[in-house]
Amino acid sequence: MMDPVAVVADVLAAAVGIATPLALAATGETLAERSGVVNLGIEGAMLFGALGGAIGATVAGPAAGLGFGVLAGVLVAVLFAAVAIGAGADQIISGTAVTLASVGLTGTIYRQFYGPAGVGLSIPTLAPLPIPALSQLPLVGEALFAQPVTTYLTFLLIPLTWWFLFRTRPGLALRAAGEDPVAARAAGVPVRVTRVAAVLAGGAFAGLAGAALVLAQVGTFTERMTAGRGFVAIAIVVLGRWNPVGAGLAALLFGLATAAQFAFQAAGLDVPYQLFLMLPYLLTLLALAGVVGRVKAPASLGRNGD
Amino acid sequence: MPLTLTAISKSFGPVQALRGVSLAVAAGEVHAVLGENGAGKTTLMHIADGLLRPDAGTIAVDGAVVRFRSARDARRHGIGMVHQHSTAVPALSVMENIALAAGWPVAPAALRLRVEALADRLSLPLDPSVSASQLTVSLKQRLEIVKALASEARILLLDEPTAALAPAEAEELLRFVRGFAQSGGAAVLITHKLDEALAVADRITVLRRGAVVRSAPRRDCTAAQLTEAMIGGAVAVAARPDVRHHGPALIRCDGLEVARESGTGLHLATFSIRGGELVAVAGVEGNGQRELLRAVAGLRRPFRGLLEVSRPIAFIPEDRTTEGLIPTLTLTENVVLGVGRAAPWITGRLVRRVDWRAARVRTAELLQQFGIRAAGPDAAAGSLSGGNQQKLLVARALERHPRVLVAENPTRGLDVQAAADVHARLREASAAGAAVLVYSNDLDEVLELGDRVLVAAEGVISEAPPGVGRLQLGAMMLHREMPNAG
Amino acid sequence: MRGDFRALVMGAAALLIGLLLLAAGLELAGYDASAALAALGSGAFGTWQAFTGVTLVRAVPLILIGLGFALALRGGALNIGAEGQFYAGAIAAAWMGVQAAGWPAWAALPAVAAAGWMAGALWMVLPVVLRLRFGVLEAISTLLLNFVAEALVSLMVLGPMQEPTGIYPQSAPIAEAARLPLLPGTRLHAGFLVALLAAGGMAWVFARTWWGFRLRALGEGSRAAEVSGRVPAGRMLALALFGSAALAGLAGAFEVSGVSYSLYQNLSPGYGFTAIGVALLARLRPSAIVLTGIVFGALEAGAGAMQRDAGVPAVAVYVVEAAVILALLLGNAAARRGGQRAVGADAAGGAA
Repeated sequence: MMDPVAVVADVLAAAVGIATPLALAATGETLAERSGVVNLGIEGAMLFGALGGAIGATVAGPAAGLGFGVLAGVLVAVLFAAVAIGAGADQIISGTAVTLASVGLTGTIYRQFYGPAGVGLSIPTLAPLPIPALSQLPLVGEALFAQPVTTYLTFLLIPLTWWFLFRTRPGLALRAAGEDPVAARAAGVPVRVTRVAAVLAGGAFAGLAGAALVLAQVGTFTERMTAGRGFVAIAIVVLGRWNPVGAGLAALLFGLATAAQFAFQAAGLDVPYQLFLMLPYLLTLLALAGVVGRVKAPASLGRNGD
Repeated sequence: MPLTLTAISKSFGPVQALRGVSLAVAAGEVHAVLGENGAGKTTLMHIADGLLRPDAGTIAVDGAVVRFRSARDARRHGIGMVHQHSTAVPALSVMENIALAAGWPVAPAALRLRVEALADRLSLPLDPSVSASQLTVSLKQRLEIVKALASEARILLLDEPTAALAPAEAEELLRFVRGFAQSGGAAVLITHKLDEALAVADRITVLRRGAVVRSAPRRDCTAAQLTEAMIGGAVAVAARPDVRHHGPALIRCDGLEVARESGTGLHLATFSIRGGELVAVAGVEGNGQRELLRAVAGLRRPFRGLLEVSRPIAFIPEDRTTEGLIPTLTLTENVVLGVGRAAPWITGRLVRRVDWRAARVRTAELLQQFGIRAAGPDAAAGSLSGGNQQKLLVARALERHPRVLVAENPTRGLDVQAAADVHARLREASAAGAAVLVYSNDLDEVLELGDRVLVAAEGVISEAPPGVGRLQLGAMMLHREMPNAG
Repeated sequence: MRGDFRALVMGAAALLIGLLLLAAGLELAGYDASAALAALGSGAFGTWQAFTGVTLVRAVPLILIGLGFALALRGGALNIGAEGQFYAGAIAAAWMGVQAAGWPAWAALPAVAAAGWMAGALWMVLPVVLRLRFGVLEAISTLLLNFVAEALVSLMVLGPMQEPTGIYPQSAPIAEAARLPLLPGTRLHAGFLVALLAAGGMAWVFARTWWGFRLRALGEGSRAAEVSGRVPAGRMLALALFGSAALAGLAGAFEVSGVSYSLYQNLSPGYGFTAIGVALLARLRPSAIVLTGIVFGALEAGAGAMQRDAGVPAVAVYVVEAAVILALLLGNAAARRGGQRAVGADAAGGAA
């Protein structure tokens, strides 16, 4: 029989790895939503980040891949910001359209570069970087301290974003813009500029998340590989109560639900894998029911009345 | 001269809000800007505060001409504005709001101390940690002032600061303004209330239709002169109808309790209103009157107690553009929406259908009857001015032929003539036998309109004695006993 | 009427922009843009067979789902879960189609259709509950359920519903009686007629009925509709959302009953999202949705030909669709900025 501790440790490690791109995207989207903008385009940004990461890594190594991914994510965010903030169009429809365009564009570009059959690429990837001593800790050592650099980045970016939002003046201004743009403007906050900046930052995070997905988790690029992770990230923002730390924890929850299938496999239980595909989404929905209504979203989220 | 505005003009599209307005405010002086709704006072202050830019004219601070590109600029020059409607961000705490307005660092411990110190210095105590959404109206006002002064304003612009306050609270505020002036600051007080201006100002400027009509030191002004300057003529006020025969009770409540929306909620209401009576409710916002009116209108369910209201009921909500009309729909559509399914243009039994042609014709008639200025029944409701929108709301409510008519602040933001028209319609409705229940946060309007006066204070509704005076009514609003009646 | 003309011009312009962007992008990426566009055109309209058998067939689900999206949006709700509802309907229809072996056509066809729209509506129960009870944005909940539905399809066709030989990941073929009759000489199935009827019905509901008007008011100003119009927001929203999902489920049922005759994965090439463009391009007007559904059906039909004949990946057509949606959004926003006009006249006169 499998050693239960080893199984749990494996599941935890897998969960953290799965959670990383989600936590990254959700942290960035938290910034955007706190400023009052819901960006469904981050699914597209993530997808483009994944493609950018794949291309960048093939051309100049994994670090370049991360950079390309961030850039690609920002570009997608620029398009969304132009339509949803610049022109004031409906945020949800704009975001959906941007994602739709991203799916089409990434598919087209990918096939152009890598052939019609979409042969699986081999891309130089980011291997886990175990931290000496810490990674030997029982149960959590592997999960927390033997991860690729992107996960460590996430460990850093989450508290940094929290500190920005709740302990700095620009963070306060950003939150004011998302709660009451009229009052914020009266206090001298440039609401539109703030929202654009937040959305672009969100795009950068999503692009990084996509690149991390390719370079640190999956190891290759396939069409539509994000499979709705960007949308899940939006739900995670809600679950995390528009707080980056909460988002990180919620992402971890999602990762655990997905990684649970490994525990089942190890225990020899033959459960159809599709159930594990469904489980995280369903859990997210139920968790949303528990959270929403107890916590208030930024009051002017999704509305363009400024 | 701390603040000088010279020949300021401003238009919004075809509407000219300000025409060559000049204003000079000296240090140690309270300068009142009088004018009725729509005269341009708020526009002028927004320009002084950097929220708007003038089309023509200059602003000078301490003699030097300045150009404000934003409210931040104005703040840097020592100008602070206390807005009519609170500009605090509801979800943020008191101290966060102050930090936002004044540009202070956000570290919580230090910020809390700093806010407490400031509030103490000003003798305007505030709890720094409480969320702005939980403040009462007068505390919100206090926060507005502290926000302005936290930015070290030497020039304070106050826009109708006493509009939502009870008389005693208003006095307190005006005393503070005087004190601010006495310690060397310059204060501009915008108001449409004559008495206020006369009570506290050193200099009074009157605006009418965007131009300065009169500007003189306080001692040279009388109430009559100021009224004449503000209104520029007589107001066509309909004569009050004679004593009417009252019908049966159309509104009855006993021990009524309604859960709060904001403020205290309604704890206890017991009264009845008969057909033909026009009852006005006095009270500071947040004392249960909103819940009362909405329960009578059928929008809120009573939590406890008895409530009987005869149908049909018509309701005129306070917020024209978010609760009353749908700006993107046509006037016809708005009328159809508000009149409901008992209307003559609703046909069919199995599937109810709308006869749009008939509805359009009737809407055109209503526009004429009520003197509503609009392009036609197919104009978008959002294209009407505030006054005309309100008239449409009244017309639509009356089209229901209601037995009970409920109205919240029905003359908010209207000029004197339009307000008088609305009053006339309300009186007409009660003369026709309806029970009319009106809330206004303007004491004088309450006294003028109501055959009877109810007072909402801390969730309890009580009835004011007949012939009640302004001071006593004010005291009832604050639930305090007056030392001597009057 | 002037508003209608302007809408037509804007729509045509958006479409043109989308196609131009496609051409430009293709040229940049090294494809032969003119050959690609020619293939697109011939694939959509080149022959009668192509037009009826591919373009119009593709238009059916687009029209139905587009109508559904418009129904929900008129009430102010965003149903982005049509993909999932489509699949739910397809699963139910495929199951019913097999059960109906030996039934007469007049019983089998309605049963399959009913299974489809009911399954679609069922797929909306959770989002409606989440929205009304817990305030969860239906845009998010419906979106997430798409993925659940796709996984469910996979589960079904590789499990309990798999065809008897067990080789292919698809369901058993449905009974003959459960297959929709075809327009003689073509591959266009009777679902097209139903789509036209549905469009006509919805047009009437919005233009003439009390319910349709109140739904529209709810979407244009929910607060005012509730306070001044006494519109029961929750109930109407739920009905609109269920209706929207039922239409998507029906589309799934028709796809199984009229085109594929069985269930398999990736049955939908993204109809649920494309239909958003269909509805927006038509400014949510049911009669126009028939037209825009055909236009987008043509795009998708052409995309297949584009891939076959010019080597351009079919997914490129998503870019066109997205560009159309974005162009429309920008156009609408610009029009709104253009100051006060009789916006209402546009809507009231053209509610059909």
